Amino acid sequence: MPPKTNVSVAPDASFDVEHFLAQEQAKDLLRFTTAGSVDDGKSTLIGRLLHDAKGAYEDQLKQAIRGGEIDFSLLTDGLRAEREQGITIDVAYRYFATPKRKFILADTPGHEQYTRNMATGASTADLAIILLDASRGITTQSMRHAYIASLLAIPHFVIAVNKMDLVNYDEEVFHRLRAEFAPFLTRLGVNEAYFLPLSALKGDNVVDKSKNMPWFDGHSLLHQLETVDTTPSTLDAPFRMAVQRVVRPDMNFRGYAGQILSGIVRPGDTVLAQPSGRRSRVERIVTWDGDLEAAHAPLSVTLTLADEIDISRGDMIASGPDPTSARSFEATVVWFDSKPLDLAGDYLVKHTSQIVPVRLEAVEYRVNINSLHSEQVTSLAMNEVGVVRMTAARPLFFDPYRENRGTGAFILIDRKTDATAAAGMIVTAASGGVESSTDRVVRLVRAAIPTGARLQLPEDDEAAVKQLRELFKGLMRHE
Amino acid sequence: MAWEISHLQALEAESIHIIREVASEFQRPVMLYSIGKDSSVMLRLAQKAFFPGPIPFPLLHVDTTYKFKEMIEFRDRYTAELGLKLIVHTNQKAIAEGANPIKLGTERCCGFLKTQALLEGLRMGNYDAAFGGARRDEEKSRAKERIYSFRDTLGQWDPKNQRPELWNVFNSRIAPGESIRVFPLSNWTEMDVWQYIHLENIPIVPLYYAKEREVLVRGNSIIIPEQGFMGPREGEKMQVMKCRMRSLGCSPCTGAVESDADTIPKIIAELVAVRKSERENRVIDHDREGSMEIKKREGYF
Repeated sequence: MPPKTNVSVAPDASFDVEHFLAQEQAKDLLRFTTAGSVDDGKSTLIGRLLHDAKGAYEDQLKQAIRGGEIDFSLLTDGLRAEREQGITIDVAYRYFATPKRKFILADTPGHEQYTRNMATGASTADLAIILLDASRGITTQSMRHAYIASLLAIPHFVIAVNKMDLVNYDEEVFHRLRAEFAPFLTRLGVNEAYFLPLSALKGDNVVDKSKNMPWFDGHSLLHQLETVDTTPSTLDAPFRMAVQRVVRPDMNFRGYAGQILSGIVRPGDTVLAQPSGRRSRVERIVTWDGDLEAAHAPLSVTLTLADEIDISRGDMIASGPDPTSARSFEATVVWFDSKPLDLAGDYLVKHTSQIVPVRLEAVEYRVNINSLHSEQVTSLAMNEVGVVRMTAARPLFFDPYRENRGTGAFILIDRKTDATAAAGMIVTAASGGVESSTDRVVRLVRAAIPTGARLQLPEDDEAAVKQLRELFKGLMRHE
Repeated sequence: MAWEISHLQALEAESIHIIREVASEFQRPVMLYSIGKDSSVMLRLAQKAFFPGPIPFPLLHVDTTYKFKEMIEFRDRYTAELGLKLIVHTNQKAIAEGANPIKLGTERCCGFLKTQALLEGLRMGNYDAAFGGARRDEEKSRAKERIYSFRDTLGQWDPKNQRPELWNVFNSRIAPGESIRVFPLSNWTEMDVWQYIHLENIPIVPLYYAKEREVLVRGNSIIIPEQGFMGPREGEKMQVMKCRMRSLGCSPCTGAVESDADTIPKIIAELVAVRKSERENRVIDHDREGSMEIKKREGYF
């Protein structure tokens, strides 16, 4: 008899791998997020979902067995400190798949001091699961989660009323919570939310529809995750692509590489290049797999244009209504750094593919993330949310975050420590400061100068040359 | 025209964005090339990212000298074929002193030949950004690692003090001597990697395919003994078994699995059936509870 070894399980003879591969290739991707702390059963819910949807590997399951039963929360808490303290302090990403779809889950902690982690998890999510506790009613924590998720403009919401087993699966409790919570969501501007009653601990309505709640005529959580529309909302928005890199292998090829942030582009489309303000026609959409007849968000492509325009990293290529070009703008900011916002501080804004010095002009107000009231302050501490007016050294090309997550998002970097100090979502160009007279002159000159024109630089005035280079970035040769 | 994209297209677009961003924002990027399937995918993504231009950074292989022979053959042939610049670095001092996993134990051996060698190799090239093929689904502590993973001047990772990472907007600012590790495949799973290799016809080391091999069965491990110190002990006998590697590493510490999967669709079919995490056969992860996290804090990938 051969010795016992790591024998891998041979595939079932009836398993049709070609069919499986075809099915796999048709699968799309849903990114979703949860927030919660130990008591609200979030880890249990995720563990249950991973286990019942067969997303957790067997040896990881083995490690999660405590006292003969699977402790679902142990499947999701990754770091030693977390295991020791029994808390979730960071964002953990989990991957699982069902026959219908692939999922990436950003699992985040729920306490107020982890608001920044929630924002991080929410930033890439298409769907948020907000947990309500049937036995405790609506808590500040649930409201805060919904607020953060709405702030980051997550398109789909699932409101999971958990621990229904503790209230005897009472229909009344579910309806009462829904009636209380729905108006709050409306206030946040959340138009689409799916309410469902469940018990993560017992598995009711998580993967399969529960027999304990025959009064509920909806479907299970997994079913909702599998069927929610993932067509990116960015498709309806105008075409935007920030240039990451100019690809120039030889004299005959000059392409602009970037990931499409929103919209659709086709050869022949007229596009605007900012900051030059010049327009040209898209000639080719180049990829390793061949030229494309059309490309859309979020594909990474390389565009060539019909005219030779000087375009460099950080520039924006756009069609449709022009993106706003402004140095001053107002943004909702989630403060991340332990060092509070300092109006006299030295910051950089990283927006799409450009990094620009920025001055924080004023904190318009702070949002109390529990009551949602506005409060007058002059700074923001870690985990606080507020609206800040700021002015960048060069214009940014953006759309409001609510309309376009790709061109409306940015981070602030502390210049002294290099820390990511905050995440920001642009609300609007700042009133009155839309365009300074210098910006206006620069813009008009940029648009008027024919490409390739040479500017005679004053040789004896270094400061003037430096200023010219700064003002006309992208138009100067030999940069 | 349909506007839905598959999960693999979404992952590919995301990875290309990351690779381009790093190549544009750092002075001296390098791609850590481990010869495994993940490295193969990462390399293909880099080709795509800069097409029709060349890959604008070199590859660095940290060679413990205990890698499978087929891996080294594959490495040299494939990188030459693609015309890439390959740098190989080994901790020569440790090798000269006879470092091996039997003598030192796996933990110390990895410390010298992988972690220390990697840090040395990065320092010698003065690299400020190093791409790695690690995936978050491999291991629990990796599930929390950033795509841009910040390292201090000693190359160490501080899991409690990671930079927040939102959207696809990455903070590339570092002080002199500091560096980042970049994981463009962070969001890929083992299944995604195999499917991509299949769809894209990406060349991989033949050790991934099952065939009859001379092996040694020791405890729960199936060992292909390429090193003298791994030869049969008393009472052990070489035997022929149809087997393959699920992940590649050093020959003494990477076990094979018994398998009939000699094509990629068969490997995928096996993956569906097995559903055991691939790292189970890697001794180093099981040294002690949370051992991957400890290694990573010290600078390991």
